[in-house]
Amino acid sequence: MSHTIDVEGDLVTRVEGHGSVVVNAEDGQLDTCEWRVVESPRYFESMLVGRSFEESHHVTSRICAICSVSHTIASLQATEAALGVSVSEQDRRLRKLALYGETLQSHVLHLGYLALPDLVGEKSVLPLADTHEDELETVIDLHRLGNELTEVVTGRSVHAQRLLPGGFSQLPDESDLQALLDRLVNSWDAVAELADLLAVLADELPAFERETEYISLTHPEEYALAEGTIYSSDVGELPVSDYRDVANEYVVEHSTAKFARHERESYMVGALARFNNNADQLAPRATEIADRFGLDAPVHNPYLNNVAQLVEVAHLLGESVRLIEALLDDGLTPQSNYHVPEIDPTAGQGIGAIEVPRGVLFHEYAYDDTGEVTEANCVIPTNQNHGNIQRDMETLVPTIVDQPEDEIKHTLEMLVRAYDPCISCSTHYLDVEFVGGEG
Amino acid sequence: MTGEDKPRVAFFDFTGCEGDQLQVINLEDRLLDLVEVVEVVSFREAMSEHGDDYEIAFVEGGVATAHDERRLTDIRDNADVVVALGSCAAFGGINALRNHQDFETVKERVYGEDADSITSYPIARPIEDVIEVEYEIPGCPIDREEFLGAVTALVNGAEPSIPNYPVCLECKFAENTCAFERGETCLGPITRGGCSATCVSAGTHCWGCRGMVDHPNEDAYTDVLEANGLTTEEVIEEYQLYWGWQRNQVAVADGDSQPVADGGER
Repeated sequence: MSHTIDVEGDLVTRVEGHGSVVVNAEDGQLDTCEWRVVESPRYFESMLVGRSFEESHHVTSRICAICSVSHTIASLQATEAALGVSVSEQDRRLRKLALYGETLQSHVLHLGYLALPDLVGEKSVLPLADTHEDELETVIDLHRLGNELTEVVTGRSVHAQRLLPGGFSQLPDESDLQALLDRLVNSWDAVAELADLLAVLADELPAFERETEYISLTHPEEYALAEGTIYSSDVGELPVSDYRDVANEYVVEHSTAKFARHERESYMVGALARFNNNADQLAPRATEIADRFGLDAPVHNPYLNNVAQLVEVAHLLGESVRLIEALLDDGLTPQSNYHVPEIDPTAGQGIGAIEVPRGVLFHEYAYDDTGEVTEANCVIPTNQNHGNIQRDMETLVPTIVDQPEDEIKHTLEMLVRAYDPCISCSTHYLDVEFVGGEG
Repeated sequence: MTGEDKPRVAFFDFTGCEGDQLQVINLEDRLLDLVEVVEVVSFREAMSEHGDDYEIAFVEGGVATAHDERRLTDIRDNADVVVALGSCAAFGGINALRNHQDFETVKERVYGEDADSITSYPIARPIEDVIEVEYEIPGCPIDREEFLGAVTALVNGAEPSIPNYPVCLECKFAENTCAFERGETCLGPITRGGCSATCVSAGTHCWGCRGMVDHPNEDAYTDVLEANGLTTEEVIEEYQLYWGWQRNQVAVADGDSQPVADGGER
């Protein structure tokens, strides 16, 4: 048999690139196996040059809508580190809430709108309105809850408005936070229902294992998401200032997106990497779900990244409850509804590092003494995972190359989806075209 | 759900953040109401099916490569009505922020020594620069209600109604304290309304994400500008966050400068 698996790359376009899988095999011997990613360049790092520190976060929010709050917060951290701006405990808590809301909506979107239709043999979530009304309602409710969490804190779920260098232009109403708290507390049944649904899928995940290096942030006091230092499963803690050595980007011939490597030839970021590095800091309900699915760190099966996302959904709900309770207990320190934190720009360089739905994200900016960007660098999770997807395929394909074409295609589709490279990459099925005749 | 009489619609994304399609998904349960009146044949962010038989194409994102341009031309051939969804598609948006920068420098900054392997157009372009577009729904991201209103109009054979008055008007209704009075600069006086002045209401100022009103020299909310000693031209010149493409078109229309370099993949 000679297979060429060739994905229609033009339908997989996205800010982080469009991907295709090329596999060539003759008589069960693997010839080519490439994860090709072609970027549609937007040049954000250049766009920022010459812009004011007041605009950086607004511009970089537009890198990706699904992670727009994440990019905004990473950007603010970089700007604040560069300009020596401090942020109050209240504002740090509020930022966390905004990030948790976004990660919640992103995970639910991925699990509910992708995995759920797969489970019931549909091509999208839409037909489920007729066939699985209750389940769809659960997914939509959780998705809406994530969005509303972000909206209440930042004013809007896509391209947040209130987040500024040094704080917030406006604070949420305590009554809105209280209403959210009530809904969060009442959302456990929905999480349990989602877990029930996905339990069926988990049984069908391939039992493929390949140990790799897992990189995430880590924090002494909490499951690291909004802040922390770098942690590698191979070498332990590393300062954030080492991020360029960690996300050691390199160019491969078959792809215009950069790949990354650290201690090994590739590494993995995202929910599973976070779980592997920090599982003992998960909220109790999240640990319950991990136990139910038999997820016990370290997990070396990349397909279980989806299950790690579900575990994180429970964690995010639990942590959001804890944060809102703390905010309401302390009472919000009032401020103007048009607050502009006072910042006197000085030349400097700073790094922002946060965990976003798909893994660790770094922004680094240099500013001149007028507060204009002179240099910018953004390292995005999906790019850090490209190398690992490639190595997984190289290991996996020889073991399945004798299977029918449809099954190879399906297995590779699921692998790419498991990484949730970004929502469109993962929702688009790999439209595989087999060419070449009998070997 | 099959509904043979329902208009068939498709969503496409080009170079952009996909925030406008996300806004459609963020309609939550109202997305289900939407598919009661239209049949969605392609929507990559939410479904894995794809069909080329559609009447209405919603196109998000801008044009950065020759490949984008070819794909867009095919969509134009297939669709009866093309709607530009969001600011990048409608008038260039944030993608065009780099349009005034030297392209070789742009590539070098982002890709370093690999800059030569990158192929894209030297400038980011809105889809209307490549194909004919019937309607535009601006915004970064689009407003969900405005989108629903546009779909409702199209389904009923009417024209979507997108305001041509400045954000200032809605800002007054919202009873916001004027950003200029707070010592900030605001693009509200010459930016197309329809967003309920959402950014000013959230405590900041208008960033211009919905693009300029049709004829900024005539349609601007000049009271506010005059009170602050500003002219329309000065504001357009200084603020280019979303207007890297559009301000150039205005300048060309006024005979002030030459059009920026067109096409030509490098």
